[in-house]
Amino acid sequence: MTYKLNGIQLNEFFARVASDKKLYLPVDTENGARFEEWTEGKTLSSKLNTVRSAKDFFFPQVQGIVDFKLEGKNIEVIDRREEVKDFVVFGVRACDAAAFAVLDRVFLSEHVDSFYAEKRNAATVITLACSNPEETCFCSSFGIDASAPGGDVEARLVEDALYLSPLTEKGEAFVESIKDLLVSADDAVVEADKALIKAKIAKLPLASLKPADLRDKQLETFESEAWAELSQSCLGCGSCTFVCPTCQCYDIRDFDTGHEVKRFRCWDSCMYSDFTLMAAENPRHTQPERFRQRFMHKLVYFPMNNDGVYGCVGCGRCLKKCPVSLNIVKVMKRIGGVKNEQ
Amino acid sequence: MNSNDTLIPFVAVVTDIRVDTADIKTFRVHSLDGDKPLKHIPGQCAMLSIPGVGEAMFSITSSPTNEDFIEFSIKKCGCLTEWLHRIEVGQQICIRGPYGNGFPVEGALKGKDLLFIAGGIGLAPLRSVINYCRHFRSNYGIIDVVYGARSKDDFVDYEEIENEWKKEDGMKVHLTIDRPQENWDGHVGFVPAFVKELGFDTTKTVILCGPPIMIKLTLEELIKLGFENTQIFTTLEMRMKCGVGKCGRCNVGNKYVCKDGPVFSFDQLDELPDEY
Ligand code: SF4
Ligand code: SF4
Ligand code: FES
Repeated sequence: MTYKLNGIQLNEFFARVASDKKLYLPVDTENGARFEEWTEGKTLSSKLNTVRSAKDFFFPQVQGIVDFKLEGKNIEVIDRREEVKDFVVFGVRACDAAAFAVLDRVFLSEHVDSFYAEKRNAATVITLACSNPEETCFCSSFGIDASAPGGDVEARLVEDALYLSPLTEKGEAFVESIKDLLVSADDAVVEADKALIKAKIAKLPLASLKPADLRDKQLETFESEAWAELSQSCLGCGSCTFVCPTCQCYDIRDFDTGHEVKRFRCWDSCMYSDFTLMAAENPRHTQPERFRQRFMHKLVYFPMNNDGVYGCVGCGRCLKKCPVSLNIVKVMKRIGGVKNEQ
Repeated sequence: MNSNDTLIPFVAVVTDIRVDTADIKTFRVHSLDGDKPLKHIPGQCAMLSIPGVGEAMFSITSSPTNEDFIEFSIKKCGCLTEWLHRIEVGQQICIRGPYGNGFPVEGALKGKDLLFIAGGIGLAPLRSVINYCRHFRSNYGIIDVVYGARSKDDFVDYEEIENEWKKEDGMKVHLTIDRPQENWDGHVGFVPAFVKELGFDTTKTVILCGPPIMIKLTLEELIKLGFENTQIFTTLEMRMKCGVGKCGRCNVGNKYVCKDGPVFSFDQLDELPDEY
């Protein structure tokens, strides 16, 4: 079932949603688009995607775990966690929505990460179909359909009108809660929009890029001579990992406030030299080894453990952010055994 | 909110500290109620931390058959371990776990003649499985232990070895030290050469643990003696943070040492990139 706003402006719709729960959506800033809480006067960004990915909602850069008080030989564990209130995220693109499914496989598997799970449960994700995909997009390489981005509710803007299709129970509940703003829509409009987007995607420069199934070639791929050349200029800055919607490595640290100790986790990067450093040794001494780890993980190890699902969703962020123009596309062309070389 | 997450540790207390060597101490840990803090299988590990100092993964040295407490033999190397070496009995610590797969004591090891080979602190994870096998003695065949240390003062839990292991039926202990020393009439030399000299029957299942170089050279000797890599198990050591296969820290190939290990057989390791 698809619905359409009953002639009201987008901002009226946002105001209504935000009157009930916190609403986050991409807005324009000096540094590009980013997700912010909607308040009166904020408008939806017209950019295709946010600079940082939407993973921050569920896996924020810094997450408090627990606090401690130490007194003499005694330790007290203080759990100050508060319940996460329900919230709505509007405007998540297909790649980031697919990245949630990748992160779910990590954080919601055995020893469920409750910090991630509680945020995931509290969120209603409204995706937005990509009317204007960019040259750096290659989500289709991983079977992701930007014309049908998924989430709890799938939204699309067709000639400035907002269409909403609920896909999950949460999505149904959301639509129900704003039913008075909606009229039912003509499915033909939706189908036509999908076809239009698909045609655009097919013409993108990276459309023919297809990852190879390397699940039974772990060692062979690891030992490939191409890594040395591919990784040559990598600075180990970690930018590619921070903007990546699927990168999930983290560190756990303690901060001593003087009165108590706060234990938190924060994003880390397999690109950093101290990532695997131990007292006596480091199994990955050099940057080329660390570079290889990042891409082996996304293209080989992750699919091996996850029914062939890749650890990349083709969002193109690392293509834009790497200061020395390295990225997963270059790797896939050499290592990923691209089937249809352009 | 009273949350339950494996990353949130609980508080336990150190009730005994034994000085094993100049740089290894064994810590006995009880829950605050005086019980055993957690149940484990031999070879599993737990995360110990002192808030503000650090958190790290340690192998549980005591056997699961010990109903009263758990023990950790810890070598001084780095911030947290130096701190632990300074604490006194009664100090509370944070603990979470157990983590990891442990040794296949009810699988591949059961009913077999076992050959344990350890170097230095490498005995710590093996002590748990050795004492487990002693407890269920009839489930296992002959037990041989080859254990090497720098000097006679560097054996972990020397008393237990002398007073219990050496007297156990069907168990042989072969000790060696790196260099000759006064009051030592046992073997002198490195573990790999000692293993070659002892020349074991290749029907045994081997559990090998110690510094990387000792593992590498001993493995070579074992293969030369005719052992298959499927018969030889070891434990890997990697830097760890989460302990549950999520933080990415201990990822080697498609395995996570914290979750899929730390125990691997050498044929499993042969399939992984050499990054451990
Ligand atoms: S590896 Fe690059 S393209 Fe793939 S999901 Fe991460 S940032 Fe996007
Ligand atoms: S690949 Fe590029 S962005 Fe990533 S760490 Fe290397 S230099 Fe930085
Ligand atoms: S310690 Fe985090 S993945 Fe193993």
